[in-house]
Amino acid sequence: MSEASTIEKAGGGVATYVDQRVGSNKFLARNLGKVFPDHWSFMLGEIALYSFIVVLITGTFLTFFYKPSMIEVVYDGSYVPLKGILMSEAYASSLDISFDIRGGLLIRQMHHWAALIFIAAMAVHMFRVFFTGAFRKPREFNWLIGVVLVTLGLIAGFSGYSLPDDLLSGTGLQITRGIAQAVPIIGTWATFLIFDGQFPGNDFISRLYSVHILLVPGLILALVTVHLMLVWTQKHTQFPGPGRTNENVVGYPLMPVYMAKAGGFFFIVFGIIALIGGLVTINPIWIFGPFMPDQVSAGSQPDWYMGFLDGALRMMPNWETNLFDWWTISWNILIPAVIVPGILFTGLALYPFIEAWVTGDKKEHHLLDRPRNNPTRTGFGVMAITFYGLLWIGGGNDIIATSFDLTINSITWFLRIAIFVIPPIMFVVTRRICLGLQRRDRDKLLHGYESGRILRLPHGEFIEVHEPISIKDKAVIMSKTDITPLPAPERRDAAGVRNKRFHLQNVQHKLSGFFYAENIAKPSAAEIEAAEHHLAHEVALEAPLHAYEDADQIDTFHGGVLHHPGMPQTNAEQMAERTQH
Amino acid sequence: MSDLTPNDSHANAPERLGYSPVADVPHALRMADTDPKAARRAERQIAGMFMLSMLLTIAFVVGYMTIDKTSIIYIPVFGDVGTSTFVLGLTLGAAIFLIGAGAIQWAKKLMPDVEVVQDRHDLASPASADQEALANYERGKSESGFARFKLIRRTLIGALVLFPIALLIPLRDLWTAPAGSPSPADLLSVTLWHDGLRIVTDPSLMPIKPEDLPIGGLVSAIPEDLEEVQELEGNMNARTKAAIILVRMDPSDIRAQQGDGWDYQGIVAYSKICTHVGCPTALYEQRTHHLLCPCHQSTFDLADAGNVVFGPAARRMPQLPIGVDEEGFLVARSDFAEPVGPSFWERG
Repeated sequence: MSEASTIEKAGGGVATYVDQRVGSNKFLARNLGKVFPDHWSFMLGEIALYSFIVVLITGTFLTFFYKPSMIEVVYDGSYVPLKGILMSEAYASSLDISFDIRGGLLIRQMHHWAALIFIAAMAVHMFRVFFTGAFRKPREFNWLIGVVLVTLGLIAGFSGYSLPDDLLSGTGLQITRGIAQAVPIIGTWATFLIFDGQFPGNDFISRLYSVHILLVPGLILALVTVHLMLVWTQKHTQFPGPGRTNENVVGYPLMPVYMAKAGGFFFIVFGIIALIGGLVTINPIWIFGPFMPDQVSAGSQPDWYMGFLDGALRMMPNWETNLFDWWTISWNILIPAVIVPGILFTGLALYPFIEAWVTGDKKEHHLLDRPRNNPTRTGFGVMAITFYGLLWIGGGNDIIATSFDLTINSITWFLRIAIFVIPPIMFVVTRRICLGLQRRDRDKLLHGYESGRILRLPHGEFIEVHEPISIKDKAVIMSKTDITPLPAPERRDAAGVRNKRFHLQNVQHKLSGFFYAENIAKPSAAEIEAAEHHLAHEVALEAPLHAYEDADQIDTFHGGVLHHPGMPQTNAEQMAERTQH
Repeated sequence: MSDLTPNDSHANAPERLGYSPVADVPHALRMADTDPKAARRAERQIAGMFMLSMLLTIAFVVGYMTIDKTSIIYIPVFGDVGTSTFVLGLTLGAAIFLIGAGAIQWAKKLMPDVEVVQDRHDLASPASADQEALANYERGKSESGFARFKLIRRTLIGALVLFPIALLIPLRDLWTAPAGSPSPADLLSVTLWHDGLRIVTDPSLMPIKPEDLPIGGLVSAIPEDLEEVQELEGNMNARTKAAIILVRMDPSDIRAQQGDGWDYQGIVAYSKICTHVGCPTALYEQRTHHLLCPCHQSTFDLADAGNVVFGPAARRMPQLPIGVDEEGFLVARSDFAEPVGPSFWERG
């Protein structure tokens, strides 16, 4: 052991002092060497975490200058086009942040960009977790927390987007009010409570402010903490590979490699957000002017993550029901803005439990699935993303119409039909692709990979030489677990007692068949052995060529067979030599 | 050795260099592992990044103090940008980025790149812990008498269920009804408009004579007293409901109206607030007399009683009956006959 430096001695002293009071060394002893597996896709969650930290840092700065007030003031800042115009203090202070506080615009734009990246990273992280089956036992809680975090992220983003009180954000709020008002029975009252009366009222910005800077970020922070603690105690999942099993973790230790890599990555994310915030304008609130409830700019677009809701609103037919001429149910708003997102997020939250029930699987899973090995799950995922994507396209229908010279009517009607037709097609196609890839995997195990070398055999036959795949590839392919669909339940057991749970079990059996019946089984040990034998034979056919490879340069061709000096001249001679081997 | 200690601890890594401990997979050595020169080069590279980061932070401070906040600079690709924002973003971003890049370079070039293995351990508690927990629970149950004292148990549960109501109830006063306690539905159903109230242009507040408005013309308009009311209430609530658009068309083009003779010589007045979710409808197509909402593209036909011709809006655009006063200026003849803006439950 090397001699400790002065700083190290001081550090050791602090560690001892703290340890005697909180017992921290036990934690350090256990965790400084904790191993984390490495894969690029594990960085997606990190990006979400780090961009959230950037949001917190920049947001705190903004709170010092932003005034959450709807009191009307006359603008007197440096942005000349709006000088002398009556506007809310909220908007005026947002303009001050953008023009009169040095670095203010940079921080505001970093805040906005980091928020957009935060939500995008959460979404993509969720895709990774979904498609690799990382949500399976024991990680269902973390999946649920993740779903709540995405929801909170949307609320955080939207509430922040509305605070500058410019024309664009006000229009978003106006739509929110219209949606809230459409909720049956309580909607009207709820809207009045939220806005302190009619829209826009005098208090909404200050109320939204406490939601945006305290309530939602507080919840996100708490849940992120639990999310990470669970990752820590459950240990990270890992992708299959040589030596990686369901019982171990293979990767780099926290100290020093992972600390340097993850810590460094925080600065990378932070730095990139600062660069984007300084170089790329986002939400130029000064262009839109102050909010007026009877003004709007054409081509109004929300932030990207709200696009799917807006698109759903746009493509919905105008259905409304009047009950006894007394009450109104606005299906045209309820379905796209409340029911569809409700189903989407509930489905997302419940998926791990549904899949576990269908599979009858109660085992722990720490080794990730390859998406192809669970074609039905992967199909569902692609179907949901397609559905979301179509809604999102709907949100930009006016931009698409003007850019591609189409009519709004034709885009809307296309989407109204496509939303029912295309996602199921994508499900089937994805599933087929996955099954095809499974066949390919089996093929690679049994027949090796195509080397691209054509060999002419002595008797004239041409073959392509197959070579065994690498240890790495083999470990990855062999990681697949074959799942047998659940057997059909019996109506009565052997003793003739009626099975009370027959119908439920039957549903489970059918779904299980739907999930797994078509899966391609992994080759058995005997099959692999036979295949290896066959492959070895094929490679051996090439051996004579390799034997002469080093001897001399190739200078002649004889009858289409590569000829080396000293090589047997005739087919008969070649055959004779090969039988000797 | 606890199961959390790496099986193949990093202390042994040097002996294992060149081979992965995980499985029979060859492990390629890096330049810095074998060539001391390469290692020193990597060290200098990394230190260089940290050094540059320090310089950039200083540049940030200098930029903050010296650059005029109103100055503009032309940057290819990005166009005209604020000099201060550009310089501050560039220096801050690069300074932070380089710290990260240096750290990762350090990990990749100089720290061991041999993976290590740790065992996972059972997440579920051992049976002994289960039993101990259960025994503790049973002891607590019997000592407290939670099962025995039914009355205490039930009243406690009752109290715990009830008290949060006291925390929620005060939220009721997030809104207090104005004098006369009208319900939300009542308030949403009336606007400032009434018989004889002058229609003025927005935002110039000029009263309008019918002859000022040519056929095909369109004017955004508000009630004459709107500014006063806004001043008094300190908000834009009245504007949200009372904003209208006036359109003049050839009287023979008007196929239907919401009431007989609600136009004045071909001038019709409709609410400006979309009946879908309340965006202002701002796009009027003169030839077809269609009014389009830019938010979700609901389209209303003003020549046909404001009925919906396309889009997600379910209800027609409410029409305001208009006439002229004795001085010949356009006035409303009553309030709207139906609530303006988005639908609500009690609307019927």
